Amino acid sequence: MVELKALNPIERKLPLSIGGALLEALDLGALTSLSPLADPAALSEALEAAHGVELPKPGQSTGGDDVRCLWFGRAEFLLLGPVPSDALAQNGFVVDLSDAWCAVSLSGAASENVLARLIPLDLRSRAFPVGATARTQLQHMNVSITRVGVDRFMILAFRSMAATLVHDLKNAMEGVAARD
Amino acid sequence: MRINCPICGDRDRREFYYQGAAVALDRPAPDAAETSWDDYVHLRDNPAGPTRELWHHEGGCSAWVVVARDTVSHEIFDVVLAVDAKTRGATA
Amino acid sequence: MRVAGKGLIDRTKPVRFTFDGKSYGGFQGDTVASALLANEVRLMARSFKYHRPRGVLTAGSEEPNALMTAGVGAQAEPNVRATTQEIYEGLKMRSQNAFPSLAFDLMAINDLAAPFLGAGFYYKTFMWPRRFWEALYEPVIRRAAGLGGLSGKSNPDPYEKAFAFCDLLVIGGGPTGLMAALTAARSGADVIIADEDTRLGGRLLAEVETVGHKAGHAWAAEVAAELDGMDNVRIMTRTTVTGAYDGGMYAALERVNHHRPRRDSITPLECFWRIHAKQTVLAAGAQERPIAFQNNDRPGIMTAGAVRAYLNRWGVAPGKHVTVFANNDDAHRTARDMAAAGVHVAAVIDSRHDTDVGNTPYRVFKGAQVCGSGGRKELESIQIRTTTGMEAIQTDCLAVSGGWNPAVHLTCHMNGRPTWRADIQAFVPSEGAVPGMIPAGACNGVFSTSGCLASGVEAATKALAALDRKVALVELPDADDVPYKMTPLWAVAGKGRAWLDFQNDVSVKDIKQAAQENFRSVEHMKRYTTQGMATDQGKSSNVASLAILADATGRGIPETGTTTFRPPYTPVSIAAMGAGAQGKGFAPQRFTTSHEQSVQMGAPMIEAGLWYRPSYFPRDSEKHWRQSCDREVGYVRGTVGVCDVSTLGKIDIQGQDAAALLDFVYTNMFSTLKVGRVRYGLMLREDGFVMDDGTCARLGDTHFVMTTTTAAAGAVMRHLEFVTQCLHPEWQVSFTSVTEQWAQFAVAGPKSRDLLNGLLKDRIGDERWPFMACGPVSVAGVAGRLFRISFSGEHAYEIAVPSRYGASLFAELVKRAEAMEGGAYGMEALNVLRIEKGHITHSEIHGRTTAFDIGMARMVSAKKDCVGKTMAARPGLVEEDRERLVGLRPVGDVKALNAGAHLFAHKADAVRQNDQGYVTSVAFSPSLQSMIGLGFLKGGLAREGEIIRAVDHLRGYDTELEVCSPVFVDPEGERVRG
Repeated sequence: MVELKALNPIERKLPLSIGGALLEALDLGALTSLSPLADPAALSEALEAAHGVELPKPGQSTGGDDVRCLWFGRAEFLLLGPVPSDALAQNGFVVDLSDAWCAVSLSGAASENVLARLIPLDLRSRAFPVGATARTQLQHMNVSITRVGVDRFMILAFRSMAATLVHDLKNAMEGVAARD
Repeated sequence: MRINCPICGDRDRREFYYQGAAVALDRPAPDAAETSWDDYVHLRDNPAGPTRELWHHEGGCSAWVVVARDTVSHEIFDVVLAVDAKTRGATA
Repeated sequence: MRVAGKGLIDRTKPVRFTFDGKSYGGFQGDTVASALLANEVRLMARSFKYHRPRGVLTAGSEEPNALMTAGVGAQAEPNVRATTQEIYEGLKMRSQNAFPSLAFDLMAINDLAAPFLGAGFYYKTFMWPRRFWEALYEPVIRRAAGLGGLSGKSNPDPYEKAFAFCDLLVIGGGPTGLMAALTAARSGADVIIADEDTRLGGRLLAEVETVGHKAGHAWAAEVAAELDGMDNVRIMTRTTVTGAYDGGMYAALERVNHHRPRRDSITPLECFWRIHAKQTVLAAGAQERPIAFQNNDRPGIMTAGAVRAYLNRWGVAPGKHVTVFANNDDAHRTARDMAAAGVHVAAVIDSRHDTDVGNTPYRVFKGAQVCGSGGRKELESIQIRTTTGMEAIQTDCLAVSGGWNPAVHLTCHMNGRPTWRADIQAFVPSEGAVPGMIPAGACNGVFSTSGCLASGVEAATKALAALDRKVALVELPDADDVPYKMTPLWAVAGKGRAWLDFQNDVSVKDIKQAAQENFRSVEHMKRYTTQGMATDQGKSSNVASLAILADATGRGIPETGTTTFRPPYTPVSIAAMGAGAQGKGFAPQRFTTSHEQSVQMGAPMIEAGLWYRPSYFPRDSEKHWRQSCDREVGYVRGTVGVCDVSTLGKIDIQGQDAAALLDFVYTNMFSTLKVGRVRYGLMLREDGFVMDDGTCARLGDTHFVMTTTTAAAGAVMRHLEFVTQCLHPEWQVSFTSVTEQWAQFAVAGPKSRDLLNGLLKDRIGDERWPFMACGPVSVAGVAGRLFRISFSGEHAYEIAVPSRYGASLFAELVKRAEAMEGGAYGMEALNVLRIEKGHITHSEIHGRTTAFDIGMARMVSAKKDCVGKTMAARPGLVEEDRERLVGLRPVGDVKALNAGAHLFAHKADAVRQNDQGYVTSVAFSPSLQSMIGLGFLKGGLAREGEIIRAVDHLRGYDTELEVCSPVFVDPEGERVRG
C-alpha cells in the first residue's frame, strides 16, 4: 500500500536565530478562505457559533493561537486552525488553502527593525498593535502579516516562495544584527 | 507617491498596479456604435491637470480603486472603490 | 598643521591611513581632508577637464574638488569626497584623473590648450566626420577628461534598503533642526532627525560661539543626548536626505559602514531609506560661495567657513599665514578664530569700503579685492588691488567668502522655484514648494544662531499644528544674534581665468561666451558650458554663474531665472537604491513540490516566469539534450510520461453567477458545461486579441476551477477582479487563487490509465472517466482531483493533490512510470508534444493574434457577449489574408527550421515588402523524424500544400517549407479518447 508523505516547505530551513530576532516555521493547522455571501453578519455568526471567533474588521484579526481569523483582503477572510464546520458554507464561500500558504513567526526585539527592511508599512506598535493584520508586500512577494504578540509577527507567503521568504528575512536579520 | 486605499488606508505606491483612465468602467453595450467602442478601448485624454484613473491594489487587498489626481501637482484629491464608483454610477 | 587645544577629534585615538600609497596619521573624528591638511597635504586632486591642481575647497558634502577613490580592488569606490570620508585604520585613498601621478600629471597639457577648449568646445570641434565620433573623439575625450573610474568588478559589498515612518522629519541637525526636533519631541510627536554629518550640531561644531551659556557644540551634544533618550525620536546621523517626493515621501542615504574597516560580508555598507513623514522641517543650512578671481582654484584657497571648520572642528590650521577675502561680516570670524588660536593672519581683504571691524591684531584692507594668486602647485601668494594700488601678500591659505546660499535644493524637487531675496543676495524657498515641508533657519535665509534657534521652534510649532498636537513649551537658549551684512561681489574684474564651477572647470569667461553666443537661458547656458552638471551639481557655483549670466545679458538675477535642483541632493550609489534586489533578491523564486527530485535527477531547471521547471531529465548515456527530449517524447507517445504542471494558474470560482462570469470572460459557453466535465476556453482582451487560454472544470453547479497558463496567471486574476469589481459588481461570485494549494501532475500516454489505477482507490474506466471528465478521487488515501485532459494528444490525465503531498506523489508516479518503461518528462518534451499536436502557447498567442488568426473563430460564441467580442469582429481582424496559424515542415535541402524566421512566397525575394508571416514554434518531431513548426502565414491554411520559403536573416538560414495542418500527429484525435 502506497502512503503519501506530507512535507512542510519551510520547516527544514528553520529555525534561525540571528541577533535579536528569531524566525520559526509555523504549523497553523487548516487554512480556510472565507468569503461572505450577501450578508457578512450571517457568516460572522456562523463562524462564532462553530469556532468561537467573529469575522474581523479590515486590518484586524480575531481569536488567538488556536483559532484565529484574519482579514485577508477585500471580501476575504482566512480562518486558521480548525477544519471548517460545514455550517460555514451556508453563509459564505469556503475554499481550503491549507497547502497554499507557508507561515513563519518572526519574534524578538529586533523584529520590527527586520521587517522595516522588507515591508513598506509602519509596523511599529503604535500604528500596528497586537491583532493588527495587513495584506502587503515583503520585498517582491504578496504576503499577509499579523502582529500576534508584543514582539511577534506571523507572516504568510505563497508556499512556492518559501525559500525566498526565508532568504529575504535572513538577509534582513543579518543586516540588522550586524549594525549592533 | 502614496495612495489612500479606502479599505487598507495610506499605502506606498509600490503595492498598486496602474491600469489607466477610469473610462474603463463604462463598457459600451455590445451593439453600441463603433465610435463608442473606439472611445472605450483606444481613445484617451492626456490631461495636464485633474485626471481619474484606475489602480489595482494588487499587493494589498485586491480592490480596484478610482484615483482622482492632478498630473501636474501630483496631488491626489480622492480615492474610492471602483465597486462604489460603479454602483453610484458616478463614473462621468 | 594641528593646533593644540582645538577641535572635536579624539586625540587619544590615532589612526593611520594612506593617500596615493603614502602613510599618514590622523585622529578618530578626522575626515580625509582634515587629516591631509593636518599633514600639510594640500594638493588632493586634478580637475576634470584641464587637469589643474586642486585642493579642498569646502569642509562638507558640497565639495567640488577633493574627489578621490576610496578602497582598492572590487571594493574601490570612485569620486568619494575627502571632506566627508572619515578616516579609519587601514583606509586606502587614491587620487584620480591624473597620469602618471597627482604631482606630475601629463594631462595637464590640456590646461595649456585651454584657449581651444572653452565652452561649447565639443559641439564645435567634433561635428564631423560623423563616424569619427564613436570611433575616435569620444574614447579620447573620455580618457582625458573625467572623474574616477569604476573597478570593473562585481560589487561585493552588501547594501540595504529600509522604510521608516514619522510624524515629523527634521532634515538637518544644526541649531534649527535641533530646536525643531526638541520642540516636536517634547510635544510627543514621532520624530526622525537626519543629518549627513557624523554627529548632530551642524555649524555649531565649526564655530566658536555659545548657546545657552555653553560652547555651541556642547549645547548640541546635550540636546542630542536628550533626543536620544526619548522613545519617540530616531536620530539618523551619517544620513543624507537626498530627495523629496509626492505624498510626504523622502529618500535618504545612510552611510552605515564607510567609516570603519569592512569587518564581514554582512554589514551593510549603505542603507537607502524611504521615509514617509506627515510633516517635515527642512533645516538644511546654507553653503558658502566663493568669489571668482584669476587663478582662484589654487590648492590653499578655500571658503572662509571651511577654514574655520578645519580649525574649530578638527584642530587643523590649513595654513601658516592665513588671509581672508570677503564681501561680508561673517568671514571676519575666520580671521578672529585663527588669530585667537595663534595662527598668523597675514591680511583681511574686504571688498566693502564701509566695513567696520574695530581693532584687529591683523591688517584689514577695506574696499580691496584679490585679483590673482601665485604659487606652483599650491598657493604661495595673492595679488590684491587696494584703494591705493596693487600689492602682493605672502600666504599659503586664503579664506574666501562671497556670502551664503541657503540650501534650498530639496524644496525644488517637486518643481518648486526658489525666490530671490535681494537683501541677502540669495535664493530662499518659495512658500509651499513641497507640501508639508516647512523650511527653517539658514536654508530659509535666517543666518544668526539666535534666529535659527527661534526659527526651529517656530517651524516645529507650525508642523505640530498641522499634526493637531499641542506644543510643549521649549525655552529658547541665549545665542549670538549678529546680523548678516554683505555687499554682492561675484567675480573680480580682470584678465585670465576666474573659476566658478571647480568640478567642471567652468570659468567666468565661459559663461560670458555662452551669453555672447546667445545661450541666454540658464538651462541653455548650463548645457553649453556644463556648469553645475557634475557630482556636486554646482552647489558652490550655481548662484554666482547665474549672477554673471544676468550681468552679461543685462538682466537682473530673478529675471534671468533659477537653476533646477533635482534629486539626489548628493550622489547615491545605484547599489543602494537597488539594495535587496541583487542575486536571489531580484525576484522571488517559485519552486514546485517536485523541484528537489527534479534537481536530484539532474534536470537543468529553466525559468518560466518566476517558476523553475525541469528542462529535461538526462540519462548518463545521453550526450545532447535532444536525445533526452526525444526519449521523453517517446514515453508519452509509447507508454507513459509524468510531468509537473502545478505552475499553471488555478482559480477556484464559486457563486450563483460563476457561470455568468465564465461566459463573459471566455469566448465560448461555460454555463452549458455539465458538472464533472472540463472545457477548453479562450479569453480575449477587450481589444479583441487573445489574452490567454486554458481549461475550466465544473466541480458543482456553482463551483468551477479555472486554469490559466503559467505566464498569465497573475494577469487573469487581475482581469477577473476587474470584471467583477469594475464591470459587474452586481454578480454574486467569489474566486480565490488555488495555484499553490494543489500539486498537479500530467500523466500522459497509452499506459496512463494503468498507472493511475495502481494508485487510485476506485479504478477508472472510459465510462465514468471519458475524455474531458473531472472529479474527486482518492489517491493513496489522500483526497485529490482528477482531470482527463491532454496537452499532448495522447490519452492523458492531470492528477492533483494538496501540495504537502506533491513531492511524495511525484516520486511515486515517476517510479511507476519507469516500471512501465516510461518516466518523467520536462519542458522540452512537453513543447515537442504540443507542437506535434498543434496546440498553442504564448509563442502563438503573443498579444497580436486573434481567435480568427489561430483558427478558433468558431469558439467565439454567437449566443452571448464576451470581453473582446465586439472589437474582434472589426473589419481587418477577420480578413482571409491575415497572417493565420499553419503547420510548417521543411521539404528542401535545408532541413533546419528556426523560430523567428520570416516567410515568403517560394520564389520571392526575402525583403520586408514581400514578408508574408513568421515562424513561432519549432521542434524536432521524433514521431515524424523531421523538424516541424507552427507559424503565421498570410492566408493561412487556404495555402495548405503550397511550398514557401523561410528565411532567418539572423542565423543565416534559407529553407523551403511545405504549408500543412498544424496538427501533425493523430489529426483525427483518436488517441486522446482511446
